[in-house]
Amino acid sequence: MDLFDIIVSILGSTIRLSIPLLFTALAGLFTERAGVFDIGLEGKMLAAAFASACVAYVTGNAWLGLLGGIGVSILFSLIHGFASITNRGNQIVSGVALNFIAAGLTIVLGQAWFGQGGRTPQLPASGRFSPIILPGADAMRDVPVIGPIYANVISGNNILTYLAFLAVPLSWWVLYRTRFGLRLRAVGENPGAVDTAGISVTWLRYRAVIVAGFLCGFSGAYLSIAQSAAFIKDMSAGKGYIALAALIFAKWKPVPVMFACLLFGFLDAFANFMQGKAVPGIGEVPVQIFQALPYILTCVLLAGFIGIAHPPKAGGVPYTKER
Amino acid sequence: MSGLRIRKGKALSQHPAIELIGIDKSFGAVHANKNINLSVAKGTIHGIIGENGAGKSTLMSILYGFYQADRGEIRVDGQSVAIKDSQAAIGHGIGMVHQHFMLVENFSVLENIMLGAEGGQLLAKGRSGARAELKRLEDEYGLEVDPDAIIEDLPVGTQQRVEILKALYRGADILILDEPTGVLTPAEADHLFKVLKVLRDQGKTVILITHKLREIMAITDDVSVMRRGEMVATRKTAETTVEELAELMVGRRVLLRVEKGEPKVGKVLLSVRNLTVKDSRGVVMVDDVSFDVREGEIVGIAGVAGNGQSELLEAIAGIRKPASGEIQLDGKPIADADPARLRELGLAHIPEDRHHMGLVLKFEEYENAVLGYHRDKRYGSGALLDLNAIRADAAEKIEKYDIRPPNPRLKTANFSGGNQQKIVVAREIERDPKALIIGQPTRGVDIGAIEFIHRRIVEMRDAGKAILLVSVELDEIRSLSDRILVMFAGKVVGEKGADASEQTLGLMMAGIAA
Ligand SMILES: Nc1ncnc2c1ncn2[C@@H]1O[C@H](COP(=O)(O)OP(=O)(O)O)[C@@H](O)[C@H]1O
Ligand SMILES: [Mg+2]
Repeated sequence: MDLFDIIVSILGSTIRLSIPLLFTALAGLFTERAGVFDIGLEGKMLAAAFASACVAYVTGNAWLGLLGGIGVSILFSLIHGFASITNRGNQIVSGVALNFIAAGLTIVLGQAWFGQGGRTPQLPASGRFSPIILPGADAMRDVPVIGPIYANVISGNNILTYLAFLAVPLSWWVLYRTRFGLRLRAVGENPGAVDTAGISVTWLRYRAVIVAGFLCGFSGAYLSIAQSAAFIKDMSAGKGYIALAALIFAKWKPVPVMFACLLFGFLDAFANFMQGKAVPGIGEVPVQIFQALPYILTCVLLAGFIGIAHPPKAGGVPYTKER
Repeated sequence: MSGLRIRKGKALSQHPAIELIGIDKSFGAVHANKNINLSVAKGTIHGIIGENGAGKSTLMSILYGFYQADRGEIRVDGQSVAIKDSQAAIGHGIGMVHQHFMLVENFSVLENIMLGAEGGQLLAKGRSGARAELKRLEDEYGLEVDPDAIIEDLPVGTQQRVEILKALYRGADILILDEPTGVLTPAEADHLFKVLKVLRDQGKTVILITHKLREIMAITDDVSVMRRGEMVATRKTAETTVEELAELMVGRRVLLRVEKGEPKVGKVLLSVRNLTVKDSRGVVMVDDVSFDVREGEIVGIAGVAGNGQSELLEAIAGIRKPASGEIQLDGKPIADADPARLRELGLAHIPEDRHHMGLVLKFEEYENAVLGYHRDKRYGSGALLDLNAIRADAAEKIEKYDIRPPNPRLKTANFSGGNQQKIVVAREIERDPKALIIGQPTRGVDIGAIEFIHRRIVEMRDAGKAILLVSVELDEIRSLSDRILVMFAGKVVGEKGADASEQTLGLMMAGIAA
């Protein structure tokens, strides 16, 4: 493989690895801009992945699988909302609890239903989102430079990938061009302003967590029925936390969120690529070093390289009027 | 909900604009409003006066639908109405400017005005209409503001203007203002009063909450007095006096002036030279400030909140590192000392915000009574505290400072603002420091405690201590200080004697005169 092929191949997997991050980070964008911390993204994604795989296996229909994932993820969101919005509980505790529940429940239910140690059975082709070959991809393949990029990076992804990139401008538009977005951003900064303007803080925040559940449904489904052909236990593998880091790195803005997710996806792809390869001048480096790169980068970036990240002011604080 | 609403043309009826009947409200154990009756006539400016904690904000927040009353009835224009949230209040033509502004700080003025009255699902649709309506309101009432400015970049006086415009934009006929002048220069307050008079003359009803007697006399038509959750009296302003209102507020006769003799000034104790301090964003907040405070004098720093006084205090108290300049205490440089070292050297600090800096509200009283001095040998040796000694000491201070209830084991949050402040004052003064720096000594403190704290400060001065006093209450600065420095935009713009007039100081505080 020459260098160019390597680059194309890394870019291709960058895209694939970024998608779950992107959906999840956008989900977090909606909750956190509304002033609700969402450490439970990981759990929602995992639960959605499991639900999607189950439904897709039973029905043999990928779209129904996606719907199942969205449904379960929204249910998790509502539990988070009930604990932290209605009952004003600690948002971090509620989120962490959901992560534990998702991790445990998916394995227990998976084992009980399918008896494969927490896996779900292999999905039939109809139960998966398969790659879509864009028109002209094959014809273009031989055009220098852009040909391979078009054929291997832009074309050949599944529908969820394209939806993820569509979700970025859409999120931006909702946040900055609609009444809902204006109110959502306001409630994350000063819920008192929203309340005294005659708008229900509770309902607004509920809508935000529901949107987040919806988006996490996509990321979960992507993991189990698009990227893979089954649910594997713990398959979210900390992506929810990385998405959260990307969100902070992007200072809670939709377009930077996309770039942050692509960056983390790239590091992941790069780590995979370096597996078992020698670094010139150093020799073979344990693969763990590369796998740790995204996390190290997260620490470094968050520790100050991005300047001060101002989170939504009311973030993490339940709205109470009576002390 | 749509943006502008046009109410049915209202024939001027004889009903009062607002009637509150038997309003009752408790927050847990605190009975904030006790069976309140109030009637506000149309087209008047009605003052509500009372000490801090009397229940004024609570009552008006109930009218605005922010809180729900436990009992009682609200009538608007003679009609009994249920106000279950602010939306309902807005619907009845009630608008409110809260004591702590309800603005989204990183939004533009226009976005803040539109919030909740956007005029449709998409922002683009309502925006131009909002802009035009805003322009009309600005012109009509002389409330200029740049619709595209971001709130956090605006001075507080302008932010308040935005709050008023917000209410007018929603079509308010009855405008409630909660302590609106606390954040304003005297000139800005005058302008506000002019605006309120214009509003009244156009038939709107204004309810003005304040604890400043002077404002009541200057602008209101009627005044109602609240004390400890009760409505104790309503008077025509023209038929009452400052003395009567003060007595109604406090429930006994009060001395409105501080009595003090001539200062006996000694050597310089606290000296500040070319001090420059930046805030956490790197903005210069204190700009090349120099002054001295001598033994036996009180130097007051006047200024509108946010002109660098807080940062100045923090720098002297060792909480914020100065960017450059020198600070000396009794000849020793202290710009690099931390607060513990400063205490050892004899500098006591009563911080501006007792909740964030002076006290740990969840601690019991006796714990706060030694906070910062807990390393003292009197309170234990080694790693262990001698709790008995600490409690005995706390009990002694409680007695001496008349802190109520007299229980060192009570959680500090359960003391009233005035008593909390006394805990801080007792702790700092009783260590017999050489110099004392004080920020907002009576913010949120009732008149009785104000009297007490002022007397203590004057006693300290007469005992030969050097005292630096920062307060946004101009009256407090004028009545306590021997010399007055005025801060504006981080600089000391001038020095005046204790006899300086309010107008002179007011102009300096606004940066107009020096
Ligand atoms: N949101 C709240 N929760 C609990 N207690 C409150 C709340 N608001 C006010 N209080 C209490 O009610 C009393 C009256 O307060 P407030 O109406 O703010 O007085 P004022 O505006 O006259 O200074 C005070 O004792 C205060 O501590
Ligand atoms: Mg108040």
